Amino acid sequence: MRVESLIDQVSTQLPGDPVKSYLTRRRALIVFSVLLLALLGCAIAALSAGSEHIAAGRLFPALISKLTGTVSTLSREQDVILFSLRLPRIALAIGVGAALAIAGAAFQALLRNPLADPYVLGVSGGAALGSITAIIFASDLSYSRPLFGFAGAAIVTLIVYRLGRREDDPAHLVLAGVVMSTFLSSVIAVMTTMADNVKLRNITLWLLGDLSSGAVEGLFFVTIAVAIGAAVLLTQSRALNLMMIGDRDAFAMGVETARVRWVVHLTASLLTGAAVSAGGAIGYVGLVTPHLVRLAAGSDNRLVIPASAIAGAIMVLIADTIARTALSPRELPTGAITAMVGAPVFVYLLLKSR
Amino acid sequence: MSCTVRLWMLQLRDIHFTYPNQRPRETISGVSLEIHAGEMVALLGPNGSGKSTLLSIAIGALKPDRGEILFDNQPVGGFSRREIAQRMAMVAQQGDIRFPMTALEYVLTGRFAYTNAVGFDSPRDVEIAMRALTHTDAAQFAHRRFNQLSSGERQRVALARSLAQQPRLLLLDEPTANADIAHQLSLLELVRELTRERGLGALIVTHEINLAAEFVERMALIKDGRLVASGSPSEVMTADLLSGLFETPLVVDRHPLSGAPVVSWTRTRTK
Repeated sequence: MRVESLIDQVSTQLPGDPVKSYLTRRRALIVFSVLLLALLGCAIAALSAGSEHIAAGRLFPALISKLTGTVSTLSREQDVILFSLRLPRIALAIGVGAALAIAGAAFQALLRNPLADPYVLGVSGGAALGSITAIIFASDLSYSRPLFGFAGAAIVTLIVYRLGRREDDPAHLVLAGVVMSTFLSSVIAVMTTMADNVKLRNITLWLLGDLSSGAVEGLFFVTIAVAIGAAVLLTQSRALNLMMIGDRDAFAMGVETARVRWVVHLTASLLTGAAVSAGGAIGYVGLVTPHLVRLAAGSDNRLVIPASAIAGAIMVLIADTIARTALSPRELPTGAITAMVGAPVFVYLLLKSR
Repeated sequence: MSCTVRLWMLQLRDIHFTYPNQRPRETISGVSLEIHAGEMVALLGPNGSGKSTLLSIAIGALKPDRGEILFDNQPVGGFSRREIAQRMAMVAQQGDIRFPMTALEYVLTGRFAYTNAVGFDSPRDVEIAMRALTHTDAAQFAHRRFNQLSSGERQRVALARSLAQQPRLLLLDEPTANADIAHQLSLLELVRELTRERGLGALIVTHEINLAAEFVERMALIKDGRLVASGSPSEVMTADLLSGLFETPLVVDRHPLSGAPVVSWTRTRTK
C-alpha cells in the first residue's frame, strides 16, 4: 500500500503523459501498425507500378486465383510479370531492406555511434568482396555467395572495430570505415579485371545495388538471416540499451558485455552478408531508418530493432520501385537512390554529433 | 532492520593491481578493505591514488593480479554478472548519451539484472524506477531527455538508477561532484538513510572530506595504491595524517554544531 500511495503522489506531480517517456505496449502497437500498413501500401503500389501497369484492385483477385489454381483475370503476360518478376523482386527488396536496417541499428547501439551503418563502416564492402570471391572462384558451390559474404562482413567488422574504438569521437570510427571501404574497392577492382566478361558485367551492376535478379537463392538466405538475426538481436536488445549508455555501465549492471559484443557482431555480419550477396551494396539504409525510428518512437532497442526492420524494408522497396520505373525502360541502380537520401542524413548526423 | 550479527558484506583482501600499460608500477599495492552491512565508508586520497581503480576492482570490471574479493564471504568470481549486479551497484560520473533517452528510460535500465531478455517493462519495474527517482529528488526529470539535464541532475538520476537496481552495496564514485550544497547534503543524507534503515553498505569515493566526516562511520585513506590509515573520522582526520596524505599543510578543527572534524587549508606561499 505504501508503494502505491507513493506512486500516486509522484504521478500527480509529474508534467506530461508518463506513457510518453518509456516504451509501452501501446507505443509499440501504434508504431508497428503504422509501419506495417505503410509497408503493405508500398508493396501494393510496387506490384502495380511498372512498364506493364496492373491496377491495384486486380492484384488481390489475381493472387487468390493463383493460390486456388483457378483461371486468372490477368493476361498470360501480366501473370508472368507479376508473379515471376515483380513479386520476387519486391520480396527481395523487403528482405534486403530489413536486414540492412537491423544491422545498422545493432551496430549503432553496440558502437555507441549514430553514424554506424554497414555501408559506412565498410562492412558491406567486406561482404561484397566475399561475394565476388565466391562468384569468381567458387561459383559452382551452392550458397557460396552468401557464405563468403558473411565471412567478408565478419572480418571487416572486427578490423573496423579495432581501428575505430575511440570513445570520444564518433567520426573516428567512420574514418576507419572509409579507409576500409577504399581499400576494399581497390581489391575488388583488381579482382574484377581477373573475371571474364559476363561475370564482370554482373559484378559491376550488382556492386551499385541491384535487386533485379530476384534470385530465389538470395531471397531464401536473406529471409533466414532476417528471421534469425531479428530474433537473436531482440534477445540482446535490453543489454544493447545499456551498452548504448556505456560498456562499463552495462557491465556493472549485469550485462556480459564481451558475450553481447560477439553475438551482436556476428549477427549484424550475417545480416549484412546475406543482404549484400543478394542485393549488392545498397548504402545508408541502416543509417537512415533507425534514426527516423528513434526520432518518432525513442531509442529503446526492443522497439528500434524490429521497427527499423520494417522501415528499412519500406525504404528499399520505395527506392527500388523508383529505380525501375523513373527512367523506364532504363533501370537505375537501387543503391544510387538510397545514397541520394542517405548521404544528406549522414552529413546532418555528423554535424550534430560534434 | 536490526542487525545483531555484524556481517562483512564486501571484503577486499590484499589486492594488487597493475595496469598493463603502466608496468611495472603497481596502481594498487596490497590494499585490504572491508565494508559491513549497514555501514557507510569513505575512500579518500589524492588524485591518482587508485580510488576509482579500487572501485572497478570491487565491481569486477578490473581483475586484480593478486588478492581476493569476497561478498558475503563468497568469492565474487563464483557469481554471474547478473548476481553481482543484484548485490552491488556502481554510480559514476555520466557524460552525454549519443541517443535520445529519457531519464525514466535511463533508470529503467537499472532493472536489467531482474528482467527477462525479451518483453516490456512490467508495471512493477516502472513503479520501482519512479520510486527511486522520487527518493533522489529527481522525479520531476523523469520525462526529460537525459542529455538535457545538468551534471548535478544527472548525478541524481544515476543514483536513482542504482537504487532501481536494488543492490545491497552501493559503490559511489564522487556522487556529490557537480551537485550544489543542498543536493550534496541530501544525497549523502539519502545514502545514510539507506544504510541505517535498510542495512545497505556504501563505499564512497569523494574529495569532500568535511561532508564525509559528517556522515560516514569509517574512512580509509589511500595514497599511491597503499592504505595509509583506516578508522572513524575523528581517528583518521588528524592534521598530521591529512597533511601527509595530500602533501599540503592542513588544519583540523571541529564543526561548531556537530563536533565532527573539519579540515581547512593554510596558504603555503604568499606573494
